Amino acid sequence: MADDTAREADHEGAGDDDAPEAPVAAAIADEVAAAVVARYEGSVFVESHGQPVVYVDRAVMADVATMLRDEEQFTMLVDTVVVDHLLDGTRLTVAGIVPERFEVAANYLSHARNRRLRVICEVPESDPTVPSLTPVYPGANFPERESYDLFGITFEGHPDLTRILMPDDWHGHPLRKDDAAARVPVTFKGDPSPR
Amino acid sequence: MGLDQVPHNFVTARLEDVVRWGRRNSVFPATFGLACCALEMMATGAAHYDLARFGMEVFRASPRQADLMIVAGRVSQKMAPVLRQVYDQMVEPKWVISMGVCASSGGMFNNYAIVQGVDQIVPVDVYVPGCPPGPETLMHGILTLHEQIRTGELLRRREASPTGGAGIELGREPAGLPTG
Amino acid sequence: MTDAWEQEEARLERQTDEGAQELRASTREVVLAGGGMWPEDDLGDTMIINMGPQHPSTHGVLRLMMELDGEDVLRIKPVIGYLHTGMEKTGEELTYVQGTTNVTRMDYASNFANELVYSMAVERLLDVEVPERAVWIRMMMCELSRMASHLLFQATNGMDIGAVSMMLYGWREREEVLRIFEFVTGLRMNCNYIRPGGVAADLPDGWEQRVLDVCDIVTAGVAEYDELLSQNPIWLERTVGLGVITTEECLERSITGPILRSTGFAWDLRKAQPYLAYDQVEFDTIFTSNGDVYDRYRIRLFEILESVRIVRQCVERMPFGDYRVQDKKLTPPPRARIDESMEALIHHFKLFTEGFKVPAGETYVSVESPRGEIGCYMVSDGSGKPVRMHIRGPSFYNLQSIDPMGSDSLVADAVAIVSSIDPIMGEVDR
Repeated sequence: MADDTAREADHEGAGDDDAPEAPVAAAIADEVAAAVVARYEGSVFVESHGQPVVYVDRAVMADVATMLRDEEQFTMLVDTVVVDHLLDGTRLTVAGIVPERFEVAANYLSHARNRRLRVICEVPESDPTVPSLTPVYPGANFPERESYDLFGITFEGHPDLTRILMPDDWHGHPLRKDDAAARVPVTFKGDPSPR
Repeated sequence: MGLDQVPHNFVTARLEDVVRWGRRNSVFPATFGLACCALEMMATGAAHYDLARFGMEVFRASPRQADLMIVAGRVSQKMAPVLRQVYDQMVEPKWVISMGVCASSGGMFNNYAIVQGVDQIVPVDVYVPGCPPGPETLMHGILTLHEQIRTGELLRRREASPTGGAGIELGREPAGLPTG
Repeated sequence: MTDAWEQEEARLERQTDEGAQELRASTREVVLAGGGMWPEDDLGDTMIINMGPQHPSTHGVLRLMMELDGEDVLRIKPVIGYLHTGMEKTGEELTYVQGTTNVTRMDYASNFANELVYSMAVERLLDVEVPERAVWIRMMMCELSRMASHLLFQATNGMDIGAVSMMLYGWREREEVLRIFEFVTGLRMNCNYIRPGGVAADLPDGWEQRVLDVCDIVTAGVAEYDELLSQNPIWLERTVGLGVITTEECLERSITGPILRSTGFAWDLRKAQPYLAYDQVEFDTIFTSNGDVYDRYRIRLFEILESVRIVRQCVERMPFGDYRVQDKKLTPPPRARIDESMEALIHHFKLFTEGFKVPAGETYVSVESPRGEIGCYMVSDGSGKPVRMHIRGPSFYNLQSIDPMGSDSLVADAVAIVSSIDPIMGEVDR
């Protein structure tokens, strides 16, 4: 409860140094991120090289999108990206977030308020599903298909989740770290074909 | 580019020489621009590096009317059956120029998505290196092809090239129409 | 004969305004009411045909599946992936030093935009600042690249709609710009010039005069295209009122660039969220309000002139200084030093075999490419290669505009509409 009070205090007087804070809640100078963190339990705000980023639970990805579109004037979903952290050297750790193999990041842009926000959720390898953003932002149609095609992440609620870049009968998800070697052995004339 | 390459005038010349002259002086390329090399191919056809002086500025959209397929750009796994189909639809005599390193050998993209050399799919006559090859390089390749036509056989059937080429049977049908 | 001529003129005038759409709609109604061309026609039958992926008018390997009712297109669905190159996977295998060679081949019509956004992402993760001269050189090269890309658009768009001579005119001016690229970077295309830390080499002597000459040539060329096409009745008839899209449709489909600006929404990242030195130069954001093919043609035409304006200012105000950040761990030493200094040799060796290491982090950087907002989402893990290198190619999203634009048009118009989107399949499929 102390955490919630601290967040609320920050929300009222952004950047107020006097409020008692948990290390993460102190830094929410971005009021949109603060609003998201306040609404959704378990969200964490991080400032990444000058950009506001909010880590949320994957179940609320579509709800966050709806909130940003309807209440915070975030008119455009710029991009959704999937990251596979299987072979990371040093991984960026965020306090309060359990790291999983996959991360889905959504970048939002508000034209009227001229600001951006990134929302990231962790997706476990055992259950690679995320709610789809296509019902909220139809422009997510293609990038989610691409993420499904190349990573195997299923987006629940997507109208047409089929392969978009690879041939329809392709097996596997090439951009996963344990799939599709990026280098084919070099062959010379007369060698049998690598495939 | 007149009949100067034919030793005698056309009345007493050998039939082969006249036929070869006709074939090489009006090679119609098929439009097969895939990626960056396509822009340099268009530049070769444009006014500065004029292909019209070789009689080649008409890029035929229909493979039935084309003699030469300039594979300009990287060939992905999804595009490979299409490439083979277009090549099959072309009528003999036909030639293939593999333009750029991606078409010749996979180029810098040594990975799952790119066919490592278009000669895995179609037999190639001239390989033009470059990334992308400038118009002058492509023209050198085209003139090399003209030389090949000038000195080549008239009625040869194309053999399977050692890397696969014409001998490959693509057993897989092109991807079906996606639903929805 | 005068009467017939007047009737013809009246018909032409009627078709060259927004009434063109209504005319088509009313024609369709007449056809539907009358039962089609042949009495036994069952108008419930539609045909699904396939255009591409090998086709002269689809700007690269784009496949369009169209549901046709006679000549009317009811729906269009783009099928992509025919140029998928696995560039993002390759990007994870290349070091940060090598990465720009890969990225530059995505949007191959304007190479510098890709290189810029990649380099800016790496620099942000490294927290380095690029010297001022490098910033201005980058800006100038990006604007020249925008000119080259829009000239390419004028050429291919003109040819697709039928003005075949535009192909030759557009390429004539584009050759001049490519010659500048060759002069400065060594390559006409896929230059790999903008690298993390700055640019690969300084501008050669005599560049000012050559760049100003190119500006004059391109300005004259643009005037010629304007005279040829902008008031041409055939051009107007084929482009006005066609492929209309609204701002709401654009925003919800993540469409940016000239398409968004043609709907009346003047959003340009160079003005709204300035990067490089765009806040220090004067230029205008070009926008129109009808959202049709003609508007997009005009926007790109005038954007060439705005780029010329920026380039002239760059020539006047180019600062002196370093062309690359002078950090031995990031920038390779000059070749001559390698003979003299062991340290220089070692740095050169390390940089070109291992590359430099970037601390763990993630960032998203975006700039305004000729097609819209191009972005790079990069995740690093402290090693010499990125964990994830994703380029947000604007054409990938802009292709989602085919559906609202192309539905309810004619087959010949579909070509014009796809052409006006100006997709580059390299960045669509990556």
